[in-house]
Amino acid sequence: MNPSIRVKTFKIDDRDVSAREDETILAVARQNGIFIPSLCYMDGLTPIGACRLCMVEIKGSTKLFASCVTRVEEGIEVITNSKRLQKYRLRILEFLFSERNHICSVCVSNGHCELQSMADQLGLTHVRVPYRYPIQPVDATHERFVVDHNRCILCARCVRVCDEIEGAHTWDIMGRGVEARVITDLNKPWGESESCTNCSKCVHVCPTGALSEKGKSTAEMKKKQQFLPYLTWIREGRT
Amino acid sequence: MSKISFATVWLDGCSGCHMSFLDIDQRLIELAEKVDVVYSPLVDHKEFPLAVDVTLVEGAVSSDEDREKIINIRQKTKTLVSLGDCALTANVPSMRNPFLVKDVLDRAYMENVTINRQIPREGVPRLLPYSRPVHEVVSVDVFIPGCPPPADAIYFALCELLEGRMPDLTGKTRFGA
Repeated sequence: MNPSIRVKTFKIDDRDVSAREDETILAVARQNGIFIPSLCYMDGLTPIGACRLCMVEIKGSTKLFASCVTRVEEGIEVITNSKRLQKYRLRILEFLFSERNHICSVCVSNGHCELQSMADQLGLTHVRVPYRYPIQPVDATHERFVVDHNRCILCARCVRVCDEIEGAHTWDIMGRGVEARVITDLNKPWGESESCTNCSKCVHVCPTGALSEKGKSTAEMKKKQQFLPYLTWIREGRT
Repeated sequence: MSKISFATVWLDGCSGCHMSFLDIDQRLIELAEKVDVVYSPLVDHKEFPLAVDVTLVEGAVSSDEDREKIINIRQKTKTLVSLGDCALTANVPSMRNPFLVKDVLDRAYMENVTINRQIPREGVPRLLPYSRPVHEVVSVDVFIPGCPPPADAIYFALCELLEGRMPDLTGKTRFGA
């Protein structure tokens, strides 16, 4: 360990923990077996705090903190699962489900979807806000893959893995708010993208059925995510 | 112990949830000792009774008939249970929701038809602009997700209700299950 990096001691849910000062609350919680829900976070990609599910409370502050992008501090007391947090997390899931058209029963990712299993884990049985039912396109121009915007939750994992790991930066996000959408190249059909290397990393880091392989039917799209920690580990070893 | 009155109904659904309910198999006999089935597509009662303790409702609210039925049932039911994803989220029936009803009917009965093209108007209920989850139309007391919910989850929920508890189905079923 670099001797200039200090160790911080603090509390998560009344448990004493210690961590390097450059670590995040989420990382330390996971190392200690404390569950904090998350959807956009992925080990090996730069955290962006987009989904807000990993929000925690820190005693003495009325603000909530996205634990995936909040560094540890000496002496703080983190609360990961208060009534208030549970309420907000359910609301976030409800907004995600109502924003686009998530029809689990006919989705390629049924049974292997992180949004679906998060709903189960957090006890979401129904959505209390009206569904929006937007018309969303499906782009199947790519030879091997499909993007179904009906299922996208804008976690930007595809954007990050393509840029940071593959180095192609084919994906981006265009538009704002409910109009936001992942795009390939400068909003060209995926099949016409000049930068896409057909590596499939985006497909496999996608938490839902938004990105899938062609030819997969309902519940058949299992994502293989083991490559990411492996690649990160190999590359860190080299430098 | 006096028996509780029990009803089931399906709106815009495929009857898969009812099939899953029947899949609780021999436990149905146990259940039959504790409940009176007063109304259901599985039995021969024409009118929904005036007071029912527990009603399971399958399917989304998609037509004016569905809406009338569920409002009537809610008024006469003590504990209303949304059974399955169509009742909970409008599920597959909601896939028409991004489009206008007219366009959907044209697609089904005009564009893709070669003989006897016509949109059915007589003797069929009128489609509402949106296919909606039951709890958007009336208040619902218990939610059982799944497409269909597994028989064990349905049985567990019914047993809890019979014991006077609100079932916690976390980990027992999920959307799309």
